[in-house]
Amino acid sequence: MKFFQFLGRRLLYSILVLLGLSILIFFIARVLPGDPARLALGPFASEEQIEHLRQKMGMDKPLPLQYWNYIKGLFHGDLSLSFQTRRNVALDIAHYLPATLELITMAILWVFIIGVPLGVLAGRYRDGWLDNISRVVSFVGVSVPPFVVGLIGQVIFSYSLGILPTTGRLSLLTPKPVTITGLFLLDSLIAGDFAIFGDALKHIILPSFAVSVTGIGQITRITRAGIIDVSSKDYIESARAFGIPDRYVTFKYMLKPSFIAPMTILGLSFASQLGNAFLVETVFAWPGMAKYGINAILRKDFNAIMGVVLIIGLAFVVVNFIVDVLAGYIDPRIRIQEETIEE
Amino acid sequence: MKNNQKVLLSATSELNTTGWVMLKDKVGRSWYRFHRNAISIVGASMVILVILLAIFAPYVTPYPHHAGPFTDLPNAFQPPSKSHWFGTDEIGRDLFTRVIFGYRISLILAVIVLVISVPIGVVLGLTAGYFGGRIEAIIMRATDVFLALPPLVMALAICAAFTPTIEKAMLAIASIWWTWHCRLVHGITRSIKTEEFVQASRVIGNSHFRIMFKDILPNCISAIIVKITLDAGFVILVGAGLSFLGLGAQPPKSDLGTMISYGAQYLPMKWWTTVFPSMAILFLILGFNLLGDGLRDMLDVESEGI
Repeated sequence: MKFFQFLGRRLLYSILVLLGLSILIFFIARVLPGDPARLALGPFASEEQIEHLRQKMGMDKPLPLQYWNYIKGLFHGDLSLSFQTRRNVALDIAHYLPATLELITMAILWVFIIGVPLGVLAGRYRDGWLDNISRVVSFVGVSVPPFVVGLIGQVIFSYSLGILPTTGRLSLLTPKPVTITGLFLLDSLIAGDFAIFGDALKHIILPSFAVSVTGIGQITRITRAGIIDVSSKDYIESARAFGIPDRYVTFKYMLKPSFIAPMTILGLSFASQLGNAFLVETVFAWPGMAKYGINAILRKDFNAIMGVVLIIGLAFVVVNFIVDVLAGYIDPRIRIQEETIEE
Repeated sequence: MKNNQKVLLSATSELNTTGWVMLKDKVGRSWYRFHRNAISIVGASMVILVILLAIFAPYVTPYPHHAGPFTDLPNAFQPPSKSHWFGTDEIGRDLFTRVIFGYRISLILAVIVLVISVPIGVVLGLTAGYFGGRIEAIIMRATDVFLALPPLVMALAICAAFTPTIEKAMLAIASIWWTWHCRLVHGITRSIKTEEFVQASRVIGNSHFRIMFKDILPNCISAIIVKITLDAGFVILVGAGLSFLGLGAQPPKSDLGTMISYGAQYLPMKWWTTVFPSMAILFLILGFNLLGDGLRDMLDVESEGI
């Protein structure tokens, strides 16, 4: 199969998944009990006021039509009004998304700083002390609730040692950097303000680590397995037999092929990070999209829930699309496999 | 002619048993590998310990009446001591007692979610993998939709529509969990449905139902068992997340996630209200993961899809 055909098929498929997701969430949100208009206006609103809001929100129309209108709005970047903030959900999300994005990017960085090297070394020196450490890390990583990591981190590094702040993105007295991307670390670097950068960095260390624990556990394990798998291959043996230095064999010949598995797992790890963000943002009062999403859920703000869910679904589908395409590009065998599965 | 029929008949009766007999054989061999694997023994002991504690909670805990709505304000926030191993909470209830009763909720959550979702996932996965074609396309695309969100977020979105109770949380988690088992069984079914013993079973005229459940299903069992064990930990993790966010079991029930979120308000001075429930939940999930990992080695299950 040609590469572009493979690409096109994957793209179409991603769109289908997103469409399915939007239908699912829309109907769960609208069919189940609780009148959002009544909830938004509170117990003292008159019937007329409620009816007025319902009409304004287009909720007096039949469900399929409501869904159609919602999807039409999507193409103009319109995610409908939030019942709580009375702003367009798209604006709300644009406001809260950068904080979550920054958190998750840092978490992925943690995964690659800790997970990958540990996995490589553990696989290389199998059953050595490093391998035992990697076992503990990967088991505890996937077993520990991220909010527990956050809370224990606060107890140790904030309350006991006093070296890291407990909550928020910046200290009270630190001014926000000029908004360019919304990512405080990046914005302060662009502005060349290292005082703000340092403060933002201090604030993000604990929460991003708490988000990353699941990913670290997964990646360590998979990288280790990949290295072990590769190290028994003939071409590695022959490279050794030729007397090529050990370090060279490990990093040049073994790392590359064993890197495809962690890359596809990155999609999975990304999902776990997004899920973890919902818990960690609560612990650290991190003003991100997950926190916004939870508030929306607790207040049954259906349009906001739809918006958050769709954005997360989109991010997830896009990441997986990129990972799939990259894997198919690096390893043609995957493309061929795809072809046989579809038929 | 008659002879041929006889051969065919004996072949049939052999076929009738193959799947499950092969499985029995495998279990025998596996046990040997299992009891030599230290990690799985540790995991199994942790899980069994917790299950026993949870079952006999009213007898092993010092203050069983503290599990529900009980207040003893003069004894609030006692640090860990001989009479209160894990200390007491904000209204004077013994935390050790509440942690053990909390295990009950966690385990019931895992059991109910898996009892609902595993059979659904297995049947759908078998159907999709065996029949292929349009049925497969519909079922598998549906699972992809459910997998497009992290499990916790999907469960949150479904919970949003209800008033939060532990039962609703169970339903929400179960309604997404079948997808993992569907995928797993689908993959195995696809790969073995072209093998000779399945072909043979088809040739002698066995029904689809028979082939699916008597020939193919036994080959999925070990993978499903491993998956269920690992899942138990994962379901408890997601459940703890839901109740930490206030969407799971409601107070005054003893639920570990809820206890942690209440305790966190009193950090760092009253650290025991957070730290002990946290360690308790880590202990249980870690136990399931160690056990599942040991089972995976023992049953020789490929790690793919699990």
